[in-house]
Amino acid sequence: MLPLEPELASYATFASALLDPAGATPAVVTGPAGKGGDKRYNVYRNNVTVSLINELAAVYPAVQRITGVEFFRAMARFHVRATPPSSPLLFEYGRDFPAFIETYEYARDLPWLADVARIERAWLDAYHAAEAEPLSVDALASFPPEWLADAVFMAHPATRIVRSAFSAVTIFAANRSEAAVGPIDAGTPEDALIARPEADVIVRHLPEGGAVFLQALVSGQSLGEAAASALQASPAFDIATNIAGMIEAGAFTTVSAGAA
Amino acid sequence: MNAAVLSGLLATEPPRFPAYQIHGLAGSSFKHEHLAAILDEGRQRGFFEVHAENYMGAGGPPHRALEALRRDHPISLHGVCMSIGGPEPLDKAHLARFRALVERYEPALVSEHLAWSTHQSTYFNDLLPLPYNAATLSRVCDHINQVQDAIWRPLLLENPSTYLAFSESTMGETEFLLRITERTGCGLLLDINNVFVSATNHGFSALKYLLDFPLARVGEIHLAGHAEQTDDEGDLLLIDSHDGPVADAVWKLYEIIIGRCGPVPTLIEWDSNIPGWSVLKAEAAAAQAVLDRYRRDARHAAA
Repeated sequence: MLPLEPELASYATFASALLDPAGATPAVVTGPAGKGGDKRYNVYRNNVTVSLINELAAVYPAVQRITGVEFFRAMARFHVRATPPSSPLLFEYGRDFPAFIETYEYARDLPWLADVARIERAWLDAYHAAEAEPLSVDALASFPPEWLADAVFMAHPATRIVRSAFSAVTIFAANRSEAAVGPIDAGTPEDALIARPEADVIVRHLPEGGAVFLQALVSGQSLGEAAASALQASPAFDIATNIAGMIEAGAFTTVSAGAA
Repeated sequence: MNAAVLSGLLATEPPRFPAYQIHGLAGSSFKHEHLAAILDEGRQRGFFEVHAENYMGAGGPPHRALEALRRDHPISLHGVCMSIGGPEPLDKAHLARFRALVERYEPALVSEHLAWSTHQSTYFNDLLPLPYNAATLSRVCDHINQVQDAIWRPLLLENPSTYLAFSESTMGETEFLLRITERTGCGLLLDINNVFVSATNHGFSALKYLLDFPLARVGEIHLAGHAEQTDDEGDLLLIDSHDGPVADAVWKLYEIIIGRCGPVPTLIEWDSNIPGWSVLKAEAAAAQAVLDRYRRDARHAAA
């Protein structure tokens, strides 16, 4: 390997200790008139770590409210140092954070915390998703009924589905509002639909079988196939309620005759 | 060829937004939480500056807000993470996103930083310093030419605030910036708070730096607040924190610079501990008063 040009090497040296609190201040930089560089270099180190922790706090406000600020910032600091961003688009940062929370030993007492984080990550993706006109009630009503079983739907760019073995939707909703949070039974499985019917992102607690149904539709299966899968997963699945819910949430943009 | 055919051939798509004048105006950072208060007031004298990266998503509330804002006001598009001062080639995808925003929102001003933030696929989310020498000058100029070729207009390059210097630098910052403008034709965004912060941190005179600065190339001025810490020797170390009002000493330097440069568009930056809209608006009004006083004095001098 060719040696780096000296001034290229100095960038690498400068960067080397930015995420390493134990690293020495790089020798390529100095304070004025022979002054020490440690506290000066720490300004950069601090800017990097603190600003990225702040980014995670902005993406995951419910997680921070649940854990408390001090716990959250300690957890986020571990994650920032182990997995710094690779893109300058910070609204893309923190995709690995829910999986990190799942393995974080101090969060083991909060087994539902990672799923709350997954809903928050989906919320931000829905927030930045492309604009599209949601499918209207009228458009669906005017679709020929004899073709409905074979109909396929195009998902709105904002539509996300998050499934949880815990009461993640209730916990999410309680901790994204200003109101005080009362006791919540965390053990009821809940699925979320995250969508953006108009300007604002909404999060809906899906009825039984709803997640299987919507996931099938999003993946391009026909209405008939999706309903069959949902019924198989949950005998209580009610197709009329679920269709009304998905239209109201603006989860899809078009309906068309399927290939069959 | 008759006139109708000719005008048909020459017709380009009309601009989607009005081309507002920005000369002589003060403005402020746009923060999403101020949107409702700003829209309630309707069209105001002044402009807003946005960080380009916050509008690089596909759609949603950020774009709706910026469209609403741009309908009634001139906008300054301020890039934060192009890494123009970095050792690696510019990120082509990022440059394409930047260009798309310039095309979509037709900003009155477009700026970026003399700094770097990405190294070997890690994005550090900070404006990091670079050595000033022939090799870095040449690379920074290549990067600026690439940006200007993409956006079809001159870029304003912002002077940094720094806490450390590279021992291998062979020229001063003002000389480095001057040579960049000569080689690339770019303009400069003079951040007077950055000058004050760096001057304190490196022990030089802010006023002397400003008098050495290529003032003829300045197309925008930034003012912001800073915070105080201490260095290893216990001496004052200023932090470019953008979390409070502009310091009195920075206002004084600003008045001197406006006296020399004329009413250059001026922005109040406030990015952390963000106050209510009325506070930020009052800070911008204070800058506007300095700009207006210059115009009044210039008229009296001419009369």
